[in-house]
Amino acid sequence: MNMPLLSARGLMKRFGAVVAADNICIDIPAGQRLSVIGSNGAGKTTFVNMVTGYLKPDAGKIVLDDHDITRLSHQAIAGMGICRSFQIPMLCLEMTALENLLVAVAAAEGRQSLWQAADRPATRDRAEALLEKFQLQSYAGRPVMQLAGGVRKLLDIAMALARRPKLLLLDEPTSGVSADEKFPTMERVMAAMQDEAVTILFVEHDMEIVANFSERVIAFYSGRVIADGSPTEVMANADVRNYVTGGAK
Amino acid sequence: MRSNRSLFMALLAAIVLILAGLLAPAWLQFLVTMSAANGLAVLGIVVLMRGGGATFGQGMFFALGAYAAALVPTWFGIQDAVLRIVIGTLVAGLIGALFAPLLVRYRGIFFAMLTLALSMVLFGLLSKSSLLGGSDGISIAKPTVLGMSLQSGNAEYVLYCLTVVVSVVAGWLVSVYWNSAAGLMALAVRGNPLRVEYLGASARGSLGTSFVICALLGGTSGAITAQALGHVEPNFANWTTSGELVFVAVLAGYRRVPAVFAASLLLEIVRSFSNLYFPNTWQLVLGVFMLLVIMFRPEGLGSLWPVAARRQADPGAAVPPLAEGQP
Repeated sequence: MNMPLLSARGLMKRFGAVVAADNICIDIPAGQRLSVIGSNGAGKTTFVNMVTGYLKPDAGKIVLDDHDITRLSHQAIAGMGICRSFQIPMLCLEMTALENLLVAVAAAEGRQSLWQAADRPATRDRAEALLEKFQLQSYAGRPVMQLAGGVRKLLDIAMALARRPKLLLLDEPTSGVSADEKFPTMERVMAAMQDEAVTILFVEHDMEIVANFSERVIAFYSGRVIADGSPTEVMANADVRNYVTGGAK
Repeated sequence: MRSNRSLFMALLAAIVLILAGLLAPAWLQFLVTMSAANGLAVLGIVVLMRGGGATFGQGMFFALGAYAAALVPTWFGIQDAVLRIVIGTLVAGLIGALFAPLLVRYRGIFFAMLTLALSMVLFGLLSKSSLLGGSDGISIAKPTVLGMSLQSGNAEYVLYCLTVVVSVVAGWLVSVYWNSAAGLMALAVRGNPLRVEYLGASARGSLGTSFVICALLGGTSGAITAQALGHVEPNFANWTTSGELVFVAVLAGYRRVPAVFAASLLLEIVRSFSNLYFPNTWQLVLGVFMLLVIMFRPEGLGSLWPVAARRQADPGAAVPPLAEGQP
């Protein structure tokens, strides 16, 4: 069997009496699109935060491409190829959409020059290409504080993609987006990823989105993985129906 | 392109100011010299503000630059004004670089209070050190400039020209930095340091760079001030000096370099004239002035520029906001 891109083994995390991760074991092969589902407090975001280095597990190990990243900082982990977007987009509100992307591209390029212009051609080209990928060109010059929630979501994801990560974690990419716009938004995200060699893990509550956009689904409940398989298998699982979807197909 | 434009503007400003200085009386030359020198220290604070930091201790670097410029003639026999400015700048920058790794571990008010604490330690050391003149400070002789000794007739004008050149060069370099990748990263650190780290860049490294630039500019400012006044004293490191510099930084805002020097000049004028007409209550006048700025221009004088500047840079910038929910 090929070595997985990411391997989480025996992850444990407690917040006082609350067990947020209870012996989580997940292998993610390169190129997969998988979603993580679960009710609020099930441990989805804790898992994402541990993988990206924001939280350190109490026990267990996380390995990316044969490198142990368990104790690395989130900055170092980003440098190794795991990037993320956020449930509430984390952007620089006073800056324009293009400037946010220039920052993301400059961060990906490594050492930032003190005198070379931030928008030198190579950096600007990559930033504009990302805007184009997500069909955000018309918002390039607008300060982020003037942008609507859906645009901010896409911009947040575009920033995470700037580094050409190996693994991209999307925390609820359609939350805060109107019901009518959820599918178009997700389609736009997936289309943007098409020619990127990136493995995608997204946390999602909308089961239709999960069923349509993921090859594999992992269901969490009370800090544990209760089901792992194809969308059809997981949706049919009795525990998932009982604790996560509430009977929804 | 943008860099060439700002270089052209900087050169033009230097030429106009140097020529205008020929017509200005000595008192006005001195006022502009002092306000430009102070403007450099304020520019340092503004660089730090724009990079997500805050300082109540800029007086430390101001004093370090001033004392270095005052002591090099006696300790090393260096009389040249330019060299003394360079040495004052480097001493302050070096000390800034030494403390930066410690300070960047903190944020907000903790960062600012640590800078204040450091400056007050220096104030105490300078006040108690007889080698450095104690609380009376040190008087310094007039410097030479490029080997020429300054006569009382031309000293003010030569120092004025030197200050204008140094200020314009420093202002231009800061504007280049602000337009650079590192400068944009600093602005992002101010806006969202956690996001910057999730992108794989170092928010601490960026803040450290801003802090060292702040220190360098504080040192330059102190070195010029020392030579213009002919005297240095521990009060340069006192919190009142730092407070006054922060006052001007708030007045200027963090958007434009010229606004910093305009705010510094404005403060010197308000202080000079209110000192003349309200000798016992001039601080009251300054307080009211500051209140008015905070009420009507909370982002400082620099906020008068950006709409026009941004429109010029990007025609799509000043469009109305979108309706909520529109993707």
